Amino acid sequence: MLHTLSVLALGLMLGIGHAHAAAGDDILDIVAPFEISGTDPSTAGDLFLKMGVAETLVGADEAGKPVAALASSWELSDDGTVWRFKLRPNVTFHDGSPLTAQAVVAALTAAKGKPGILNKAPIEGISPDGNDVVIRLSEPFAPLLAFLAQNTTAILAPAAYDDKGRVTQVIGTGPYRISLLQAPQKMTVERFDGYWGEKPSIRAASYLAVGRGETRALMAESGDADFVFNLDPASRTRLSRSPKVNVLSVSIPRSVLLKINAGDPLLKDTRARQALSLAVDREGIAAAILRYPAAANQLFPPSVASWHNANVQPLAYDSAKAKALLAELGWKPEADGILAKDGQRFTLTLTTYPDRPELPLVAAVLQEQLKEVGVAITINSTNSSEIPATHQDGTLQMGLVARNFALVPDPIGTMLQDYPPQGGDWGSMNWSNAEFDQAIKHLSKVSDAAQGQPLREKAVSILQAELPVIPIAWYQQTAAVSKKLENVRLDPFERDFGLASMRWAQ
Amino acid sequence: MTRVLGYRLFQALLVALTVGVLTFIMIRALPGDMAYRIAAGRYGYDMVNTDAANAVRTELGLDQGGTTALGQWFSDLVRFDLGVSVVSGEAVIDEVRHQLGHTVELALAAVLLSLLIGPPLGILAGLRPGGVIDRGLLLVSSTLRALPHFVVGLLLIIVLATGMGVLPAAGHGEPQNLILPALTLALGLAAVSSRVARDAMAGVAGSPYYAFGRTKGLSDAQVLRRHGLRNVSVPIVTYLGVQFIYLIEGVVVVETLFAWPGIGHALVHAIFARDVPVIQGTALVMGLMFVLLNALVDLACYLIDPRRQAA
Repeated sequence: MLHTLSVLALGLMLGIGHAHAAAGDDILDIVAPFEISGTDPSTAGDLFLKMGVAETLVGADEAGKPVAALASSWELSDDGTVWRFKLRPNVTFHDGSPLTAQAVVAALTAAKGKPGILNKAPIEGISPDGNDVVIRLSEPFAPLLAFLAQNTTAILAPAAYDDKGRVTQVIGTGPYRISLLQAPQKMTVERFDGYWGEKPSIRAASYLAVGRGETRALMAESGDADFVFNLDPASRTRLSRSPKVNVLSVSIPRSVLLKINAGDPLLKDTRARQALSLAVDREGIAAAILRYPAAANQLFPPSVASWHNANVQPLAYDSAKAKALLAELGWKPEADGILAKDGQRFTLTLTTYPDRPELPLVAAVLQEQLKEVGVAITINSTNSSEIPATHQDGTLQMGLVARNFALVPDPIGTMLQDYPPQGGDWGSMNWSNAEFDQAIKHLSKVSDAAQGQPLREKAVSILQAELPVIPIAWYQQTAAVSKKLENVRLDPFERDFGLASMRWAQ
Repeated sequence: MTRVLGYRLFQALLVALTVGVLTFIMIRALPGDMAYRIAAGRYGYDMVNTDAANAVRTELGLDQGGTTALGQWFSDLVRFDLGVSVVSGEAVIDEVRHQLGHTVELALAAVLLSLLIGPPLGILAGLRPGGVIDRGLLLVSSTLRALPHFVVGLLLIIVLATGMGVLPAAGHGEPQNLILPALTLALGLAAVSSRVARDAMAGVAGSPYYAFGRTKGLSDAQVLRRHGLRNVSVPIVTYLGVQFIYLIEGVVVVETLFAWPGIGHALVHAIFARDVPVIQGTALVMGLMFVLLNALVDLACYLIDPRRQAA
C-alpha cells in the first residue's frame, strides 16, 4: 500500500513538475460543445463535415451559394425535375476505394431513409448513370443543391454501411481521416494522403466535446486547446484581453425568436402579438445577455443579405404603445398590474430549453419586460424536444427558441420546414397567410437569385407585419484561436472548422 | 466470513433485480414523450422534429407495452446482453466498459490521493486535540466540504492551469489530465476522512491502553505504530464504504467540468435522452460495484480487526 502511494505521489510531482505538452505539439486541439452522437451522418454528420473527414456532393461558399464539391458540375433539365451531377474524377475514400456513382447513390439513398433533410425534398428517384448521379424530382425544387450540401447527406464509402444500412465506421473522402473515435467526446484525425484536393498544412488534429462554456474558455486561456468554438459572453470579454489567443466572431443565420401559438385565444389577434413585440427591449437583452449588438428588429440579420429586408419597418420597443394596443383589445389591469378581460387573466407559459445556456436567461428578462405591460409569464425550461412535441399536441403557448436558418446553406430550406400553411414544429403555429404561402411555394421553384428577390422581400414583410414568430436577437458565433495558428476563418454556416486551410505560424 | 460474503452475493442478485425494475419504471414515469426525447438526444436541438420522433418511435417499437420491453431486458440480461444504446446504436456493454473504465481510474486516483492527504493530517490533529493543527484542519476541512466540487475544480483550474500553467485545464488522454479532477474529488473526500481519522485518533489517544503504552516507556512513534494505527484504521476503512456514494455524486460534476469521458457524465446524458438500455446497464453495473466494494471493505475490516476473526 505504502509503495503504491509513494509511486502515485512521485507521479504527481513529476506530472506537476513537467510543463504539460498538450497544446505544444503539432497536433491542433479543437474544443467545441457538440458531442459525437454516433457514426452515422444522420446524427454526427455535422462533426464529420466540420473536421474535414466527410464531404458532400455540393459545397457552399461564404454567402451560402452552392459550389462544386464531390460533384464537379451539374445541370438541370428544362422542366426543372431532373438533376444530373457529374462526379469529380480520381476521388478515393479513406479505405482506398474509388468514389463511384453507385457509392454516391447508395449513400444518398441511405441518408434519405433516415431522419434528416433529404426526406423533405420531393425526390422520386436517385440513380447512377455511367459516372453521373441522376436525381429525379416529382416537381421543380430549387433548394436541392443546398440540401445536398447539408451534413446528413455526407457521402461515405460502401464499406461504411452494414447490410441494414447502418453506418459501422466512418469512411469519407475528406482531407482528414479518423485515427481514433471515442464517442461521445473524442475524435482524432490525421491528414489523408490520397486526398483529391490541395494537401492541408496541419498534419493532425484532435476534437474534444466539452459541454461547459467555462471549461472551454479556460482551456483556451491555459493553452490546452488551440481552437475553441462557441464562447459564453463573460468568457469572451475576458479572453479578448488574453495575450495568447485571438477572439474571432462572425454573424450567423441563427435567431432567437418567440414561437407563438396564433390559435391561442390570448394571441389570436395580430395586435396582441404586436403588443408583445413592442414590450420587448431587444437592445437591452442583447447588451445584457448576449453582449454584442444583436437586437433582432426583423427575422434575418443583415449578413443574410438575400433574406434581410432593409425596407421593412424595424420592430421597435415602445411599452406605451404596447399598453395602448392591449387596452384597445379590451384588456384592463387588475390590482397587481396583470391584465384581465371577462374574468380571464393575461397569463402565458413560455417554454424554452437550456441546451443553449442563454435561452433561459433571455426568458427571465422577457418575463420581467412583459410584466411591465401586464402580461404574466410562467417559464418552463425543459428538453428541446418539448417545442415540437407541444406544437404537435397543440398545448404550446409560446416557445423561446434559437432557430438555425442554415440547416441547409440556403435559408429557404428552414423556411419551407418552419412556415408551411399547416405550421412547422419550430416556426409558425396556427397561422397562415395565402400571399406568404404562395411566395414561399414559388421560391422553392425559382433557382435564379434575382428572380427570387421580390418573393423573399414579400415573405419577410408579411412575417414582420403579422408576427407568427417574434424575433428577439441575432447570433454571432465566436471562437478563441491560439495566436500560433494562421489563416483561421469562421464559417457563417457552421459547416466547417476550416482545418484544411489553417496552418501553424512560422 | 463465508456468511458475510454469501449475504453480499444475495445482495448482488437483489440489486440487479431492483435496479432493472426501478430504473425502468422511473424512466417511464418521467414526463415527456420518449420518442421526442430520444430524437433530441440523437439529432440535436436543430434537427429534432416530429418526423424524427415518429421515425424513432417506429424503429424502436416504442408503442409496444412497457411490460414487453422490461421482459425483453430481463431475458437479454440472463444471456449477459445489456442491449444497444437507442441514441448511438453502440452496444451498452462497450459504452459502460469504456466510460466506467475512465471513472474507475478517476475514482481510484481520488481515493488514493485522499488517503494520502486526509488520514495522516487527521491522525496528527487527533494526537493533539485542540492544538494548532487540529483547529487549522477543522477550518480547512469545513471550508472544503462546504464548497461544491464545481467551485473547488474551477479554483484549481484557475490557479494551477491558467495561472501557473503547470497542468492542463481539462481534457483526457495524457496522464497529467487525471491530476486536477482527481485532486478536486480527493480534497472533498479528505475533508471528511481527516475528521473521521482525527476523532478516531483522539479517542484512541485518550484511551487507558494508549496511556498504559506510554507509561511502560514506549516512545510517541512506537506507541502510535503498535497501539494506534490499527485501531484508528477500522473507522477510516469503514468510512471509505460510505465515501463511495460521495464519489459517485462528485464524478457527475467533476467529469462534466473537466471533460472527462466517464460514466457520471454519460448517465446524465442518457437520462436526458431517455436512453433506457444505457441507464439500466449503467445502474446495474454501478449497483453491483457498490456491493463488491462494500464486500471488500468488510473483508479489509475483518483482516484489520482480530476481534472480528475471533467472533
